[in-house]
Amino acid sequence: MDFSIIVSDFAALTLDGLVVGAIYALVALGYTLVYGVLRLINFAHSEVFMLGTMSAVAVTSLLGFTGYEDPLPTFRFFAIFLLIAFTASIVSGSVAVLLEIVAYRRLRNRGASRLSSLISAIGASFFLTEVARIATDSKNLDFPRMLDKNSVFQISTAYFTADKLLVLGGAIVIFFALNRMINHTKLGLGIRAVSQDERTAVLMGVNVNQVISYTFLIGGILAGLGSAFYMVFYETTKSNVGFLVGISAFTAAVLGGIGNIKGALLGSFVLGLFQQYTAAVLGYNWRDVVTFVVLVLVLLVKPTGLLGETLQKARV
Amino acid sequence: MSDLSRFNPRDLFGNWWDQASAVQRGIFRVIVIAVFYALPLLNNPIIDTPETSFQSVLFYPLIMFSLMAVGLNVVVGKSGILDLGYVAFFAIGAYTHAMLGIKTSLNFYEILPIAMGMAMLAGVILGLPALRLRGDYLAIITLGFGEIVRIIAINTEAIGGSAGLTDIPPPPSILGLKFGSGDPRPYYWLTLTLVILVIWGVLRLSHRKPGRAWEAIRQDEDVAEFMGVSTLKYKLWAFIIGGAVGGAAGAVYASQILSIQPEMFNLNLSIMILACVVFGGMGNIWGVILGAVLLGYLPEKLRFLSDYRIVFFGLLMVVMMNLRPNGLLPRKKREIVGEKK
Repeated sequence: MDFSIIVSDFAALTLDGLVVGAIYALVALGYTLVYGVLRLINFAHSEVFMLGTMSAVAVTSLLGFTGYEDPLPTFRFFAIFLLIAFTASIVSGSVAVLLEIVAYRRLRNRGASRLSSLISAIGASFFLTEVARIATDSKNLDFPRMLDKNSVFQISTAYFTADKLLVLGGAIVIFFALNRMINHTKLGLGIRAVSQDERTAVLMGVNVNQVISYTFLIGGILAGLGSAFYMVFYETTKSNVGFLVGISAFTAAVLGGIGNIKGALLGSFVLGLFQQYTAAVLGYNWRDVVTFVVLVLVLLVKPTGLLGETLQKARV
Repeated sequence: MSDLSRFNPRDLFGNWWDQASAVQRGIFRVIVIAVFYALPLLNNPIIDTPETSFQSVLFYPLIMFSLMAVGLNVVVGKSGILDLGYVAFFAIGAYTHAMLGIKTSLNFYEILPIAMGMAMLAGVILGLPALRLRGDYLAIITLGFGEIVRIIAINTEAIGGSAGLTDIPPPPSILGLKFGSGDPRPYYWLTLTLVILVIWGVLRLSHRKPGRAWEAIRQDEDVAEFMGVSTLKYKLWAFIIGGAVGGAAGAVYASQILSIQPEMFNLNLSIMILACVVFGGMGNIWGVILGAVLLGYLPEKLRFLSDYRIVFFGLLMVVMMNLRPNGLLPRKKREIVGEKK
């Protein structure tokens, strides 16, 4: 128990916490959006993320990167990163949409209980994880370092490297775009309508099945973008990566108030920072214990998370 | 297709059961129980499992899953509390037996109630604050609890750390059954006895006040509370009864495999048991057992698919849930009416 490390390394820990939080947020948004419209935990969302990381690695190997070349010039790196992010979001987005059709749609139309959907999603999650595990032979897949990770500038103990700046900057752009989409487009209106009251939305002429498909697509695309950032930052993936990231992202979504977009953002950053601080003080091993204890405490005081439920309330 | 999804074997059998006399029912019960006790003695190539001995499959996962699924069914199926961390109780039971068995001279039969008590205590500690929450919030807290127990076990050197505990004593011989000689059959019979006792207890409770309270809570918690059901009290009871069964399962398991590691008690096991409950038919004890037997048995039977068996298994779960959303053997129709979307 050495609390002085928080003080001495405060800036560095905070920066890392924000970067990790930004990645969590991109995944957590998928949980929250789907929860908003369907009121169920999309258990297989973590596998959507995992397949995104796999496709990111696949793109680099198709482009002929082996991991031993010199860092690319900035412009070329951006072009390649955009290609990777684009592919990952296409893959994740289409997996998410397929998942909805295969694992959820029929059950939903028959009015089955939410637990049945949960088990169906768990089955889909087993399936995807195992396929990925067999395809990769349970090995770690490494992402080539294409970016010079030397510090760009420094504030106190925090070294702002190019990859961290990329993650933070990219995430901010994505959040603004998502916010604009939810609040100022017809599709966003449809999503908000369905999450507020599905039946009334149908009466108002909203094509609910279509809106739900789009919601899964958006959630998948966000997870795909998140996986591209994840790969640039962590540079390695495995077939169980979805579980590890997914559980934190889901916790973050619940922490902020599941179904609430701003809640997912707040929860992710709070969780990311918190994990960094506790890992520094108590050691990495105890990180998740403290995370869950804090989650329990928060939910006891505010039973619907920090910012409360529903997409509707988050409109502002 | 719709005929297939609506068909409930219970309707066929239920009529016969309702009309049967007490003697006929008694005979039927005895036959079923006898068949289950005789299972490890059979040597049938059709039900035999390739590559793993059928007798050890009978103990783990078959009867072990059944015991845990019956326990979890009280929580999830009867009172509608989504528990994603059931493995925590299993772990607590296993560790209690391991620690007391190694450190003290108590034998298995003396430790079993203590293990159940420890699991119940954990249920109270977690349940009192957590059961005030609902639905998915409760789900994530129970999930967190399962992970916390596992991580604490990994990080606490006093209970073996990540290497776990070894040299756990097997139960002493009883009724001519010798435990701990590598023969899984006595353990199967022991667990089967526990399963029968638990089923008997749960059926008793279901027909009495707690059962009606659980049913009311599951259908609509607010209405139940308005009607004067003390919801927190009955939810807590469901939670700790489920916990006690999980603890008992853990103690038996630890006494059979003789060494435990924290990694055995991971989230996948919780999910697996929950899948047994939902797959078989939530709330219906026979459905739950059918689910546990099938989900325990299939991966072993599918060993010829070797690496691909979990792939196939996941696919099967999706297909089955789509065909029969209420499980293979759903609860009675009048009980389904109130099922919330």
